[in-house]
Amino acid sequence: MPVYALNPGYQGERMDRVENFHGNQIVYLGWDEHRMFCAAKAFPLPPSMPFAALIENIMPEAFGQHPEFKQINWDTAEWLLDGEPFKPQADVSLADQGVGHKSLIRFKTPELTGYQNAGV
Amino acid sequence: MAAKKLNIKDKYRLLTRDLDWDFSYEDRQQAFPYEEFEGIKITDWSKWEDPFRLTMDSYWKYQAEKEKKLYAIFDAFSQNNGHLNVTDPRYVNALKIFLTGISPLEYQAYQGFAHVGRQFGGVGARVACQMQSLDELRHVQTQIHAMSHYNKFFDGFQEYSHMHDRVWYLSVPRSFFCDARSAGPFEFMIAIGFSFEYVLTNLVFVPFMSGAAYNGDMATVTFGFSAQSDEARHMTLGLEVIKFLLEQHEDNVPIVQKWIDKWFWRGCRLLSVIAMMMDYMLPNKVMSWKEAWEVYFEEAGGALFKDLARYGIRMPKYAETIEKEKEHISHQAWWTFYTHGHVAGFHTWIPTDEELDWLSAQYPDTFDKYYRPLWELAKEMEAKGERFYNSGLPQLCQICQIPMLFTEMDNPNQNSMRDYLYQGERYHFCSDGCCDIFKEEPEKYVQAWLPVHQIFQGNCGGPDVGDILKDYYKMNVGHDNMDMKGSPDEARWNKWKGVA
Repeated sequence: MPVYALNPGYQGERMDRVENFHGNQIVYLGWDEHRMFCAAKAFPLPPSMPFAALIENIMPEAFGQHPEFKQINWDTAEWLLDGEPFKPQADVSLADQGVGHKSLIRFKTPELTGYQNAGV
Repeated sequence: MAAKKLNIKDKYRLLTRDLDWDFSYEDRQQAFPYEEFEGIKITDWSKWEDPFRLTMDSYWKYQAEKEKKLYAIFDAFSQNNGHLNVTDPRYVNALKIFLTGISPLEYQAYQGFAHVGRQFGGVGARVACQMQSLDELRHVQTQIHAMSHYNKFFDGFQEYSHMHDRVWYLSVPRSFFCDARSAGPFEFMIAIGFSFEYVLTNLVFVPFMSGAAYNGDMATVTFGFSAQSDEARHMTLGLEVIKFLLEQHEDNVPIVQKWIDKWFWRGCRLLSVIAMMMDYMLPNKVMSWKEAWEVYFEEAGGALFKDLARYGIRMPKYAETIEKEKEHISHQAWWTFYTHGHVAGFHTWIPTDEELDWLSAQYPDTFDKYYRPLWELAKEMEAKGERFYNSGLPQLCQICQIPMLFTEMDNPNQNSMRDYLYQGERYHFCSDGCCDIFKEEPEKYVQAWLPVHQIFQGNCGGPDVGDILKDYYKMNVGHDNMDMKGSPDEARWNKWKGVA
């Protein structure tokens, strides 16, 4: 049952449809095992943004406060897109490589284990 | 001839059960339209046992006496500048969360009980819910009055009601109650009457009121005591509701179990904030969150569920996950608020060295391994003049609306994240517990008003965060938010106490 409601066939208003974001789509970015950032972060991004621009412009805004940020080697980072292994293509737009509205992009940096090697 | 005085039994009958009537020419189902759609089967309302034998006239008399005493103490507190007796001005920030996050829930409880107090077909249940509704209204009033004294001397109290409906972290308690109130009347009673009032309320009130006592806050202790006899009645009602539903029809059992699973999980998520208040915000600690959980849930709740087993009710789903999380959630929640102290309506701080050691002692298996390093990093950054305020906005859980800050219990370094596609759109959850709730009723939760998404949609003013805080949240930026260190609250306190 999609809902228990007084009126049969009740449908809820979808509050976060992509049309509501003025041409952007929401993309979540999370750096695995780096708890300095309590949670993944949300960004409204144009679907046409190439992945290279996300790395260059959005990643520093999201995670640049971390003492290990400058040591990240983006070539060896391991990626998950919506839970599936993912190989980002730098010149291809987010939309054209399957990054949709409310997609979650997670990355692991195996050589960086966090502040005091504690996953921080 | 003088009117004969009624004896208590007759008075009780006339003023409660006798207020009901049969429907001879109107359709009973139309009079109580909410009674059937949840699938609950009531075969005989007369089997309802009134949990407290109180009539309205004695209710007024009894509450008025309590009120007189309560307000006499508030007056004395105010005339004696009672706020100067709290242990440390950091404590007052716990009250700011209470007033903005919890007191408005009392008001929502008032609204919810007034609604079900109209909609139940049985008169006994209606009368009991109406009285609880009045209690809840009284609680919100006494809490506002108790805290109005603090509002004269500290920042962050002034817009509690406006803030409750808008501020990102206050959407957590707000949406919890909106979920319960928009459910049917029986689910509301299991959600609030049973799961919250009976199973979890001790974890809010006992530690919080003891915390107030330990920290010299007589105003809060007094309203706590004044509410306590009401709370005892509410617990009795919660227990009566569940027993009544389970005894009425065996088909009710799986429905009630589903609601217990849901509301236990939602309640635990909501209590993260209480966990953090106990472990981090009380300068004089009562007990750790972990210990409170063990005493008030694992022992007391365990006995309750043993008792309910004869009806076919088992422990709430994911209780074993929650048992592990007691070692983690207070630390994760305070770190989240500390790192978002620029956008919170109260002050945050790094625990003192003594407090860090207390946390290590209370949480020997987790604190030094996972959480002390966070505070060492925070100290290092603060010493460099770079007090850490997290940039950007966090991803939120679609159900509890908490930032996705909880971690996997088999790898506490990794945030726990779940997602689910519904009609082509992706939804995110902090846990299996929250994901299950969505899957059960997606059409309800696609409507969630998630503060982060609302900001990006342009519905909260802005575009700068500062403008949103100032104009949309009505925070007094630079006074209400940021670190305790250097705050106007701290400066005033030091002046009152003659500290340089």
